[in-house]
Amino acid sequence: MSLKRIDLLICCGSGCISAGALKIKERFHAVLSEKGLTNEINIIETGCMGPCDYGPVMVIYPEGIFYKKVTPEDVDEIVAEHFVKGRPVQRLMLQDEDKTIAAHKEVPFYQKQVKVALANCGFIDPESLEEYIATGGYEALGTVLTQMTPQQAIDVVKESGLRGRGGAGFPTHMKWKMVHDRKEDQKYVICNGDEGDPGAFMDRSLLEGDPHRILEGMMLCAYSIGASQGFFYIRAEYPLAIKRIKQAIEQAREVGLMGKNIFGTDFCFEAEVRTGAGAFVCGEEMALIHSIEGERGNPTPKPPYPAVSGLWGKPTVVNNVETLANLPTIFVKGAKWFSTMGTETSKGTKVFALTGDIRNTGLVEVPMGTTLREMIFDVGGGMIGGNEFKAVQLGGPSGGCLTAEHLDVPVDYETLKARGAMMGSGGVIVMDDQKCMVNVAKFFMDFCVDESCGKCSPCRIGLKQMYNILDRITKGEGQEGDIEELQRLGETVAKISLCGLGQTAPNPVLSTIRYFRNEYEAHIKDKACHTKVCRDLFHFKIDKSRCIGCSLCSRKCPANCISGSREDKYTIGQVDCVKCGNCQDVCPVKAIDRIPGIHSDVTAHKEALLKRKARED
Amino acid sequence: MKTLADLKKIREKAQEEMKLRGSSVRIKIVVGMGTSGIAMGAREVMKTFLEEISNRNLTDVIVTQTGEKGLSSLEPVVDLIEEDKPKVTYGNMTPDKVKKVVVEHIVNGRIVSDYVVATGN
Amino acid sequence: MYREICSKYAPDKDNLICILHEIQNSHPQHYISEEAVQTVAEYLGVPANHIYGVLTFYTMYSTKPRGQNIIRLCESPPCYIKGSENILHKLMTLLDIEVGETTKDGCFTLELCACLGVCGNAPVMMINNDVYGDLTEEKVEEIIEKVRRG
Repeated sequence: MSLKRIDLLICCGSGCISAGALKIKERFHAVLSEKGLTNEINIIETGCMGPCDYGPVMVIYPEGIFYKKVTPEDVDEIVAEHFVKGRPVQRLMLQDEDKTIAAHKEVPFYQKQVKVALANCGFIDPESLEEYIATGGYEALGTVLTQMTPQQAIDVVKESGLRGRGGAGFPTHMKWKMVHDRKEDQKYVICNGDEGDPGAFMDRSLLEGDPHRILEGMMLCAYSIGASQGFFYIRAEYPLAIKRIKQAIEQAREVGLMGKNIFGTDFCFEAEVRTGAGAFVCGEEMALIHSIEGERGNPTPKPPYPAVSGLWGKPTVVNNVETLANLPTIFVKGAKWFSTMGTETSKGTKVFALTGDIRNTGLVEVPMGTTLREMIFDVGGGMIGGNEFKAVQLGGPSGGCLTAEHLDVPVDYETLKARGAMMGSGGVIVMDDQKCMVNVAKFFMDFCVDESCGKCSPCRIGLKQMYNILDRITKGEGQEGDIEELQRLGETVAKISLCGLGQTAPNPVLSTIRYFRNEYEAHIKDKACHTKVCRDLFHFKIDKSRCIGCSLCSRKCPANCISGSREDKYTIGQVDCVKCGNCQDVCPVKAIDRIPGIHSDVTAHKEALLKRKARED
Repeated sequence: MKTLADLKKIREKAQEEMKLRGSSVRIKIVVGMGTSGIAMGAREVMKTFLEEISNRNLTDVIVTQTGEKGLSSLEPVVDLIEEDKPKVTYGNMTPDKVKKVVVEHIVNGRIVSDYVVATGN
Repeated sequence: MYREICSKYAPDKDNLICILHEIQNSHPQHYISEEAVQTVAEYLGVPANHIYGVLTFYTMYSTKPRGQNIIRLCESPPCYIKGSENILHKLMTLLDIEVGETTKDGCFTLELCACLGVCGNAPVMMINNDVYGDLTEEKVEEIIEKVRRG
């Protein structure tokens, strides 16, 4: 039998190891055996606990005390004071302003997340209706159906301050009220699960991980607006989400949570699943409605809004998955509780998808108003690979890039918009200093050109023109005035496009010009990509002082343009170099560097070619 | 189900079952089976758990699934829940790691600290 | 065969997208033939040009025969940042085809697609309905070999 009375969890994630966690572990072993305590204390190495910037960190159970920045010298004190005398060492605990944080669960990494929409994701079996009910599921629906009028339900949503989580942040109660007030027999509710923003995957996670919550949210909406039929529109790229929602609908129907006279009231409801087929624009509500009708997913001009003339011409509410996911909790815990979280204009929590060059990629749910710094560094664990933070793209291809100077801005709908980004669906793509912002902007533009449905010309032609200019710039053919032309085009496209896709597509370009104009200028004027990403705007160079003349690079060169000898060392023939990077990869002494800018030999060669061509003409 | 009282009955029963109480289940294994988990091999992980458990005739262990916790970089993620003990979460699981967890943790009661990414709730 | 698939759905236009998915998935070459379009048009009572209009609008449908397995590599920014370009080159050399082409043995078709929503495990690709994450060049080789063996 084990006599262990203390569990010592030492974080041995790569961050803490690099800060010396293994030395500390050894020291603990030594001190404990010296004091004859080995049998009483369990030393457990754990994976990354997350708050890497406090490393080395450890947690001591049963109390759950959290220590940070522990050094081998601290070990003796921890053993003597904490383990022997039961007095935790105050100075090693986290200091939050004037308060000392002792317990593990109070550490910002865990503390800053508040799970409302994601409360059950990863905790219950999504294929079990009973488990959802065990967490309080369908209580909101039962209460609302039996004790509230639709108008009262709308008032609760109004008081909560909930706004659409799909991007634009339109107040949810207003959408509902508009449809509620229409005097028509048939109305519809649609759940928008056409999550297409690159870098966003919270809707998929919710549909897969807690399908009954979304279904309950949909029924709460249906009752409030007077709809008896609902559709889940889910993109075909999410087969598991489609399967789980279909299953949830079946289960609800079996026990009478769907169908006729739900909870013994007059409320009747049926839901169906419709899938997309690979078209980003179908996330736009009018395009989505046309797609459900079996048409091409083209947007149509608004007004009329879906609230007036939506699916098959009937009043329709289109709500995003995450919006619906918040509803059951709002009704159970109350509008007041929800509205105490967040900022003046943006209430509650928001799920963000952290991706890119960040340690803890994944989904986090934090109150509105949390800063980017808290999200990226406290919750997300900071940058990976030892590089510096450079920029973050918020809101996918409709959003914009923000920089280090914005890290302390509280994130809500308005603050992001004012800085040229947008909440979008909550994708947070973190980029380190190795990324070229012109190239990133080109990449987002390429996405939008591909996904433009082609119906309106500003979006179809304007975006293509912007892409062509960006493409030229990254190939070293940028001209004076390109930046201004991009801005002019971008502003025009944003102003006169038919739907949200075109209206927001120029954002990545406009925001990178706003915050990284110097990079654009370096590409255009100096023909240099300082991050050495754009292939045509850097060159490889062998440093002769480091070269050992092994000839490996020369043998691996597909263009056969590296020559030299053991004595003279090797040189790259710049004119023929195809920039494949093989030589750099194979060099055993790392003597080959990427140098920003076009090599003078190449420039001279090009000029000579042009001259010859002019003569021949 | 027609009333809130009906719902409450189902809830109470389900809550009991989720606590593992009143049943012969000693350990519950919960595999994260969202798309991220599956993309990283959660199906193989689940399959290996089922095989190992049936090979060893462990009758007091159940395997179930859940959605994503949001820890994409640690997928596949598996929770081991024992009554009256803090939950143990294993990350970056593979079939080989599963075999070790079954032998060490489930059979011998020793947490495999190398694979642990979090403990407690 | 096409008629049979159609009859699982009510003859309403809003079922078109679902019917097209099922027809394409059930065809060994994963495409929608002219014959299929005609059958669906008759069944739903809409002109064939409407079906083509819808068919060509959505990127997941193909009017040309494809391989037994459709590889869809995500080309969105989160995957790009994590090196999807290298994965693409690996796939192209491994299968000896360009994007949009099918291998000589008819086993694989290589396509690029917009975000697959598994960005936490970028770079990502989907082969038929299975998603594979955190791809490396070595992993790609293993996966292709495994799928080829069936």
